[in-house]
Amino acid sequence: MKIRKIPTLLAATFLATGLATAASAKTLVYCSEGSPEGFDPAPYTAGTTFDASGRTIYNRLVEFEHGKTSVVPGLAESWDVSDDGLEYTFHLRPGVKFQTTDYFTPTRDFNADDVIFSFERQRDESSPWYQYSPGISWEYFNGMSMPALIKDIVKVDDLTVKFVLNRPEAPMIANLAMDFASIMSKEYADKLQAEGKMEMLNQQPVGTGPYQFVAYQQDAVIRYKANPDYWAGKQKIDDLVFAITTDAAVRRQKLEAGECQIMPYPAPADIEALQSNPNLTVGEQEGLNVGYLAYNTQQAPFDKAEVRKALNMAIDKQAIIDAVFQGAGKIAKNPIPPTMWSYNDAVVDDPYDPEAAKKMLADAGVSDLHMNIWAMPVQRPYNPNARRMAELMQADLAKIGVTADIVSYEWGEYLDRSKAVDHDGAVLLGWTGDNGDPDNFLAVLLGCDAVGGSNRAEWCYQPFEDLIQKAKVTSDIAERTKLYEQAQVVFKEQAPWLTIAHSKVFMPMSSKVKGFVMDPLGYHRFDDVDVAE
Amino acid sequence: MLRFFVNKLLLVLPTLIGITIVAFAFVRVLPGDPILLLAGERGVSPERYHKLLVQFGYDLPIWQQYFNYVIGLLHGDFGISISTKRPVIDEFLARFPATLELSVFAMTFATVIGIPAGIISAVKRSSVFDQLTMGVALTGYSMPIFWWGLLLIILFSGMLHWTPVSGRIDLLYFFPPVTGFMTVDALLSGQKGAFQSAVSHLILPSIVLGTIPLAVIARQTRSAMLEVLGEDYVRTARAKGLTPVRVIGLHAFRNALIPVVTTIGLQVGLLMAGAILTETIFSWPGIGKWMIDSISRRDYPVVQGGLVLIAGIVMLVNLIVDLLYGLINPRISHQ
Repeated sequence: MKIRKIPTLLAATFLATGLATAASAKTLVYCSEGSPEGFDPAPYTAGTTFDASGRTIYNRLVEFEHGKTSVVPGLAESWDVSDDGLEYTFHLRPGVKFQTTDYFTPTRDFNADDVIFSFERQRDESSPWYQYSPGISWEYFNGMSMPALIKDIVKVDDLTVKFVLNRPEAPMIANLAMDFASIMSKEYADKLQAEGKMEMLNQQPVGTGPYQFVAYQQDAVIRYKANPDYWAGKQKIDDLVFAITTDAAVRRQKLEAGECQIMPYPAPADIEALQSNPNLTVGEQEGLNVGYLAYNTQQAPFDKAEVRKALNMAIDKQAIIDAVFQGAGKIAKNPIPPTMWSYNDAVVDDPYDPEAAKKMLADAGVSDLHMNIWAMPVQRPYNPNARRMAELMQADLAKIGVTADIVSYEWGEYLDRSKAVDHDGAVLLGWTGDNGDPDNFLAVLLGCDAVGGSNRAEWCYQPFEDLIQKAKVTSDIAERTKLYEQAQVVFKEQAPWLTIAHSKVFMPMSSKVKGFVMDPLGYHRFDDVDVAE
Repeated sequence: MLRFFVNKLLLVLPTLIGITIVAFAFVRVLPGDPILLLAGERGVSPERYHKLLVQFGYDLPIWQQYFNYVIGLLHGDFGISISTKRPVIDEFLARFPATLELSVFAMTFATVIGIPAGIISAVKRSSVFDQLTMGVALTGYSMPIFWWGLLLIILFSGMLHWTPVSGRIDLLYFFPPVTGFMTVDALLSGQKGAFQSAVSHLILPSIVLGTIPLAVIARQTRSAMLEVLGEDYVRTARAKGLTPVRVIGLHAFRNALIPVVTTIGLQVGLLMAGAILTETIFSWPGIGKWMIDSISRRDYPVVQGGLVLIAGIVMLVNLIVDLLYGLINPRISHQ
């Protein structure tokens, strides 16, 4: 009896293994647009790098909600903010495992030491990790003013960490969802340090995220597999592959040939053809950006709100969207994009009305106005062709008797010169958000502290400033939302900018890809994505 | 022979020094402050700007920067990439095999077709074959690489599905690099079908990169052969009653080879230029694509180091070609 059973059992086992292999290897190939600069996200600023490291391999204390700009618990299950807004206490998620790879096997779960290590390496200049590879610098940690903001990071116990700040700052939580705040394994770092291979932290990453690193072939392919121990459950995709394809036309060919299932940044001219392909779907969303024309509000006659308003009414924004964005843009009425929380949709945009504009200028006592329009020399998502845009504006302004000259400089020079408080005229520029917090647009671009810096309108208006400063120190989201909505109304009345456009982002993918959510922050995230057989 | 070699080598040195000066000056003449560009719209505080300036060594007088740079080069230090923060030489070495492999295939394609086409055209001068070949060669020579590459992809990959669109091997195959040459590594891996996949990925890029050299080689071979075929010794060889194959293959072709080899050597420089475009279209992870990405990022150390390394390789190839003359025609090394 026993002997007879064995072959049957063997056959059954073979069959089962065979079936398992056939059914298991669920692979998603993403035709990414470029190579990551490294796999430690903190020293870098490029979205391409974050897609390949921060969003796949790592987690943070808090995470951006999938498809939104709001923040949800990540490696911290919850957090408390002290009444004075100076202490943030994070309660860490127990039982979270770091990834087990060919090069590292963790012996303990994630704890407070990992959190402290992840920040101290960017903060403490005496740490051996501060310069763990030559030339490394912590761009975002510095860019978000973290050294000035954080007073101390304290381990309360293994699963509790307290951040002590120098001043109250509500956007702090959103900052902690950014890639520079990704949590690294201290145990792994210690191992690398002991072996004298610290630079491997940037090449062989270990995190707690949904996918774990398998291999990277320079400029060609990055391979990941699902992290079997992921705290939020194993992903449905077994293998995730980034096939690096820099040219948009080639990405399209690869997608259509089935060599990849999803691609970012199609060429605008290809979008229509991609949309009409029955095997593909094309996701569409406004980017987290704004393109604007900032009047120098400290220069006459742009110091008068009614003059700025009149000029805004003279410019045909729809014509700009059609000609410059070729449909891949949406008219902007607020300084923050519509995907951002607290966006005030009740604000009414200045209508396009050259006649009324002409009259308003005359009423303000302005005639024979000569002005400069600064046109950027580079292509940006929020402005694909500044020169052409400036020409369209020039023609529109001529209709109301305003003579505009177009000026431009080399990009670095342009950014530098346009900061000067006494720069002459109106500057075309834009902004792409970092952390999904309205403060990251309103305070950075329009706050009094930013005059002479990133506030190209050189606009310091107290009622607006009071609102955004109050919102900065209020931790209640509902309360902050109200303040920012009001600030947008004040902004529209005062019109320091002509708000031009938010770019539209397209994401063509095979119809077999399920559950991919367009991300308003511009990330390409593959957690919870599936591929149909 | 040794004196010939030493002479050639001595000539290479001043050129190398010249290249370091040009590469160094070139990236500094380009408009754009790398730190301001790195910061973009976000801007950078004056303190941080100064800190980064010191970190990158851009605060030193220009001659001192050059001096430090050359000292570094002599120690094999080509600098650190601003964007990836990794040594330039490591980045270069990781990508060079891909470019070399593609170049070898492209040059093989160009010579294997170009030389016979040139010989037949010369022998059958003014025939339909000759006119057709030279017409095609002229078209090939004038072909914009980027357009040509996309056209081939759309036709052979997009419509006919004969070749893969881009990359070096099917994503199905996965093995650690040993030599960096995908075809060799595929064979070493022992995975079934891997070698075929690597070769099929090489077809279109090799054709695209090899098109211009092919045209040049075919035209050069033809004119060199025409010149030689009119020589007295060829007539003598024919008069001796040698077979046409021996006359053309042995007496004529060997003498016509010198200008052809020179041309092939010179093509290596052009090949590097062509690789920049070809690699971009075919997502080929070589040094051409790396240079393009670095120029747009104003990654000075990479552009600078890459220029010197590429120039060094082009010079090395030309040196080898010069030495080959000596083998083909011993009289040259005696002169």
